[in-house]
Amino acid sequence: MHRTGALYGQFETLEQQKETASLGMWIFLVTEVMFFGGIMLAYTINRHTYYHAFAMGSQTLSIQLGTLNTGVLLASSFTMAMAVWAAQVGKKKLIPLFLALTIVLGFIFFGVKYVEYAQKFHHHLVPGRNFDIAYCVNNPSQCEDINAKDMEKEREELTAAMEADPDLNAHAQLYYSAYFGMTGLHALHMIIGAGLLFWLLRGSLAGRFSAEWNTPVDLVGLYWHFVDIVWIYLFPLLYLIDRHK
Amino acid sequence: MSTSSTINTGPALKLPEKHYLNASYGIRSWLLTTDHKRIALLYLASVTFFFFIGGFFAMMIRLHLMSPYGTLLSADTYNRMFTMHGVTMVFFFLIPSIPAVLGNFLIPLMVGAKDLAFPKINLLSWYIYIIGGSFTLYSMMTGGLDTGWTFYTPLSTIYSNSAVAPAVVGVFITGFSSILTGLNFLVTVHTMRAPGMTWFRLPLFVWAHYATSVVMILGTPVIAITLGLAAMERVFGLGFFNPAMGGDPILFQHLFWFYSHPAVYIMILPAMGVISELIPTFARKKLFGYHFVAAASLAIAVIGFLVWAHHMFLTGQSTYAALAFSFLTFLVAIPSAVKVFNWTATLFGGSISFDTPMLYAFGFLGLFLVGGLTGLFLGCLGIDMHVHDTYFVVAHFHYIMVGGAVMGYLGGLHFWWPKITGRKYPEWLARIAALVLFVGFNLTFFPQFVLGYLGMPRRYHVYPPEFQVYNVMSTAGASILAVGYLLPMIYLMWAAFYGEVAGNNPWPATGLEWTTPSPPPTENFEVTPVVTWEAYDFHNRPELGLDVLGVPRHGGMLPAHGDD
Repeated sequence: MHRTGALYGQFETLEQQKETASLGMWIFLVTEVMFFGGIMLAYTINRHTYYHAFAMGSQTLSIQLGTLNTGVLLASSFTMAMAVWAAQVGKKKLIPLFLALTIVLGFIFFGVKYVEYAQKFHHHLVPGRNFDIAYCVNNPSQCEDINAKDMEKEREELTAAMEADPDLNAHAQLYYSAYFGMTGLHALHMIIGAGLLFWLLRGSLAGRFSAEWNTPVDLVGLYWHFVDIVWIYLFPLLYLIDRHK
Repeated sequence: MSTSSTINTGPALKLPEKHYLNASYGIRSWLLTTDHKRIALLYLASVTFFFFIGGFFAMMIRLHLMSPYGTLLSADTYNRMFTMHGVTMVFFFLIPSIPAVLGNFLIPLMVGAKDLAFPKINLLSWYIYIIGGSFTLYSMMTGGLDTGWTFYTPLSTIYSNSAVAPAVVGVFITGFSSILTGLNFLVTVHTMRAPGMTWFRLPLFVWAHYATSVVMILGTPVIAITLGLAAMERVFGLGFFNPAMGGDPILFQHLFWFYSHPAVYIMILPAMGVISELIPTFARKKLFGYHFVAAASLAIAVIGFLVWAHHMFLTGQSTYAALAFSFLTFLVAIPSAVKVFNWTATLFGGSISFDTPMLYAFGFLGLFLVGGLTGLFLGCLGIDMHVHDTYFVVAHFHYIMVGGAVMGYLGGLHFWWPKITGRKYPEWLARIAALVLFVGFNLTFFPQFVLGYLGMPRRYHVYPPEFQVYNVMSTAGASILAVGYLLPMIYLMWAAFYGEVAGNNPWPATGLEWTTPSPPPTENFEVTPVVTWEAYDFHNRPELGLDVLGVPRHGGMLPAHGDD
């Protein structure tokens, strides 16, 4: 059942329909802000209480991969905005192109995330599963993917952190709870977003969206930008703690 | 045929030929409907079902507490009874009831629209509620839940042997039902009002639901993440609430109550909205202080987000924090009081009648007053020290939730039953049932104030024998209360099929919903209404058949109202 802009029965005008849909999506995004807000609160309180553990945890994340992912998502927001623009000016052939680019960038993000998560599992950095913050420093042969310079920095950080916080191993699990909780939630939202993008791609290939009616593209755009903004918060909060040295 | 005529001088009224109930037949036309009125009835059936489940657990609690020595149930089973009573009643009855049943049915009619802004999302809301409810029922059948409806950690995350995970998943899922309903209402009120229906001409029922929707939107996601984190901890070992990792169980309480306090306003604001419709109608008088009541609804919604830690006075929080929350708790009582004063002022000089909905409204006024005042006692730090976690608290919130919210729900159901079904319920039986309910309610819960003050703790399966007399009174009251609930369940169902045909506006009342036939057609209004009158304006609406004093004119709408 494909609509191409017909007026739904409960509305009087197309204008009212569009305004209503838009307001609906904005209010939904408010609920998402409150949702992520809860875990941000938990993060804030724990970072304040266990600063050293959080700084140590952040040290074990790859700034390179994080920056790459940030760039990828920013680019995907750009391509998404281009898709919305193309719909608004009626360049029907361009819409699927930009949507496809956005999807590709999204998948690159997932790929990098997969690599990062796999690394955490190998390095014993998953809360509750043989967690050991000192694993890589004590067994460098098991952590070949960390280069010598980073390993040295990690060793230094670890020594300093253990001195500041004797219970470091316990508290560092809180950092990783935040890491997996926040990035996991974010990834879940991106998966939903990717699904929506595929749906839009199908519709755009069928020529459903036009300058007169492109509400779904508009609304999914809003959602995608929101997911991007969440990452913009997550990146410094998780990757950039105490990195200015 | 003038279907908008509301004067009944002639022969018996007849139901309209085509309306939303007979517009289509078959189970698919109900399970795949997008008509807000049918969805309201789907919710009516489901919330009633969960009400009985919650009532069953209540019955088990009260039966067990007849004896001080805990002879009926084991301690573990007792824990499951009060937990599942709370979870079912809060999440599956109180929060959805008025918004999902009455709100869904009435808001499009009251604003002059053909449906809500997002009819398919409305249906999705119901399915999400059913799925969430199923998860929770599953947990009840596979080990039950014994953590208290508050799911405090570390019992819920680490130590409990009950089916916490499916229950938490069920509540999480049902939260989305709440969010989507709130979203639908907010957008509908903003964009779907009929021409001439300005914000300050809206019925206060709509204002109340608007405020409720704000709370649903801002608060529910927080319980979602809280329960999500608790589930992550129980299943995957994340550690925010686990002291062994440096986590803090008190963090759970803060996050939990940040939603669950505003949640109680989700439960009461819609009931207040109902009362704001009932009192002007049955006093035949414009509501006193419309703007103040509308503003008070919003004030309750906003300030309600600032008081959560009054549930945590005894957790070791700083005295200064406790002072701040205590002060804010007193502050949040003010808009509620403003409403009570305005309702009372509406009664003054009115032409009051004692139809069943009005009996529920009076019940609400008295019982909400008691519940609200005892809330102030609890907000007072010195007193809370003594009565926290006792039956005083239990009595307080039951006065508000049952004496307030459920009375509002039943009053509203009776008031709008003629619109929903086209038929009137049996008035004298309904009045008797309301009285039975009132007596049963007070006998059940007033002794609990005494018990709490004397020191009986809540959530304990045994108690000192000197408290037995009050517990027996309470159980006796509960059995009477049960009759008070069963009667309407039965006669409302009967009346839906065999009651006296009601006509468009049997009361008469002033809202737009009363200008449509009873039951309304699927599209609500054949012609989009254009509103030119203020809310509750009994005097400038000659079609209502009332004279200057609000008394029915000769040949007016009703037989002398209420006396059948």
